Amino acid sequence: MSEPIKIFVPRDATALSLGADKVAKAIVAEAAARGIEVQLVRNGSRGLFWLEPLVEVATPAGRVAYGPVKARDVAGLFDAGFHEGKAHALGHGLTEEIEYLKRQERLTFARVGITDPLSLEDYIAHDGYRGLKRALGMTPEAIVAEVTESGLRGRGGAAFPTGIKWRTVLGCQAEQKYIVCNADEGDSGTFSDRMVMEDDPYVLIEGMTIAGLAVGATRGYIYLRSEYPHAEAVLLETIARATAAGYLGDDVLGSGKAFHLELRRGAGAYICGEETALLESIEGKRGTVRPKPPLPAIEGLFGKPTVINNVISLASVPIILDKGGAYYKDYGMGRSLGTLPIQLTGNIARGGLIEKAFGITLRELLYEYGGGSVSGRPIRAVQVGGPLGAYLPESQFDTPLDYEAFAALGAVLGHGGIVVFDDTVDMADMARYAMEFCAVESCGKCTPCRIGSTRGEELLSQIIVARSEGPQPGRIELLKSLCDTMLGASLCALGGMTPYPVMSAINHFPEDFGVSQDSAEAR
Amino acid sequence: MALLPQRFAPEQCEAVTREVLAAHRGQPGALLPILHDIQDRLGAVPPELLPLIAEDLCLSRAEVHGVVSFYHDFRATPPGRQVLKLCQAEACQSMGVKALTAELESKLGLPLGETREDGSLSFEPVYCLGNCACAPSVMLNGELHGRVDAEEVLALLAEQGAQA
Repeated sequence: MSEPIKIFVPRDATALSLGADKVAKAIVAEAAARGIEVQLVRNGSRGLFWLEPLVEVATPAGRVAYGPVKARDVAGLFDAGFHEGKAHALGHGLTEEIEYLKRQERLTFARVGITDPLSLEDYIAHDGYRGLKRALGMTPEAIVAEVTESGLRGRGGAAFPTGIKWRTVLGCQAEQKYIVCNADEGDSGTFSDRMVMEDDPYVLIEGMTIAGLAVGATRGYIYLRSEYPHAEAVLLETIARATAAGYLGDDVLGSGKAFHLELRRGAGAYICGEETALLESIEGKRGTVRPKPPLPAIEGLFGKPTVINNVISLASVPIILDKGGAYYKDYGMGRSLGTLPIQLTGNIARGGLIEKAFGITLRELLYEYGGGSVSGRPIRAVQVGGPLGAYLPESQFDTPLDYEAFAALGAVLGHGGIVVFDDTVDMADMARYAMEFCAVESCGKCTPCRIGSTRGEELLSQIIVARSEGPQPGRIELLKSLCDTMLGASLCALGGMTPYPVMSAINHFPEDFGVSQDSAEAR
Repeated sequence: MALLPQRFAPEQCEAVTREVLAAHRGQPGALLPILHDIQDRLGAVPPELLPLIAEDLCLSRAEVHGVVSFYHDFRATPPGRQVLKLCQAEACQSMGVKALTAELESKLGLPLGETREDGSLSFEPVYCLGNCACAPSVMLNGELHGRVDAEEVLALLAEQGAQA
């Protein structure tokens, strides 16, 4: 008797949001009705979101892709022989040969979309836990040196070198140290953390375990935003499985070293993505920002030395330990080394996840990968780096994705999220929204952020009401002065960076504020 | 996801709280997990439970109130039987969520941020569901739906309401 045919239907939240469960049920039912034996695998998403639900069929030549598949398409797919990889209007040939995917450089996302996220066996069969096994034979100093060598910088937004952070914690004497994973991915336009947690969770667990070995921490916490229920379910299940198999616990793989991992659910506060507010929240307090110093590396969670890294940073560690820091460093440009998982979102024809070495330009991403706007109208502005990131006009689309190149423009790469807007966008309204968001989410600890954001929203509302009457230099000047105060005097990035979207909107799109382009250039 | 029951008797609230507190005894920084567990079971964190929680954790009632009121998730009264969360963040704005919000407010007869008096529906804003490449997105009773329009949201509400 022949082997059952392997059919893959993603269980990633985006695929589910477009009906993947119904498709999976329809495939099982249709196969049974036709007497075709299939093995259904619920894999992660390849990140080609405009094709989700993307169904794949294993063939001798490789996995063949069909999408976007709706439940009502399933009977027709079987009629056409898709279970044998045959042609169909929804077919895209071999998945790995789809241009969008083929031209990527997937290191951190190497397994995402390929494996069954819950299966530890599948993870190991695809090179999982090789990094940890190598790390177990190394000294903590050697592990930290490998991460330093890789050039990895924090992928959460601040881009601080990960190796230096780890070295500081390693150098501290304490009876308890902690590894904290910042999984409070609250930026609009970002989902790469979510994808790692839902689609390849063991890579995060492995990365945190290696971090624990590197700095001498025996306890780890994943602080996960409450808006991600699918990720929570997957992490709880995989932490339990990793513990049962001896990859977590008192004696990691018989090494005599302990590492325990606990998941904590956030409670809907954007500010808890700021590292010190996050630590306060795990401690059971209001998520207000702590002044620095002391650095969390020295006095972090419960006052103890703490490595706090973003999901992508920690998930990049296993491949660095497996293949070496030099291998990872070879990707990228300048001081931005390795790869960045870029999230292409908003008004874009082919939105999704693109992992590339640093240095690709926005224009390549928007048009070659993204295929332009989904509305078919001209792209007018893109916001990069979340709600605190600058709005870039078309004249800046040739900027390479590189921390320093973006900083030179007064912009940030942040967590690699790109939100695309067509020419119907009202940039004064987007600037007002940035202030409104800051006012809603401010922790209230410092005055520039707490009061400044409310005053900023008020001013922008006045500007929007009065802009048809012509320029309002007084209000614009006041707004600039307010932004200057928030930028220079806020305690953390929420107040300190809200001026980025606001000022970039005014500088690049003055006409939306009632200021003519000519007078803006004359300034 | 099961729809949330509306009201509990005070003695039941207290019993649930005591169970939750016992389950978290000794856990460092247990307050958020405790509040989540209570809200998962009661649909809310009723204010009258705060003294009990404070006493168990050796905190002042003011400290517990400060935490409960800080986080957007915690609520003093249970939400409607159906909860519709509509993302308001930038990616969804780029795909017209403002117009969609206005259309839904009108068709549902319910302003964003409010619950129907009969307790049938809560309509809430949310800032990013991580589904930004398939905007606009809603979460209905804990389930995510991408690339929605008003007709689809209404159909989903009707379908889910019929199941309840």
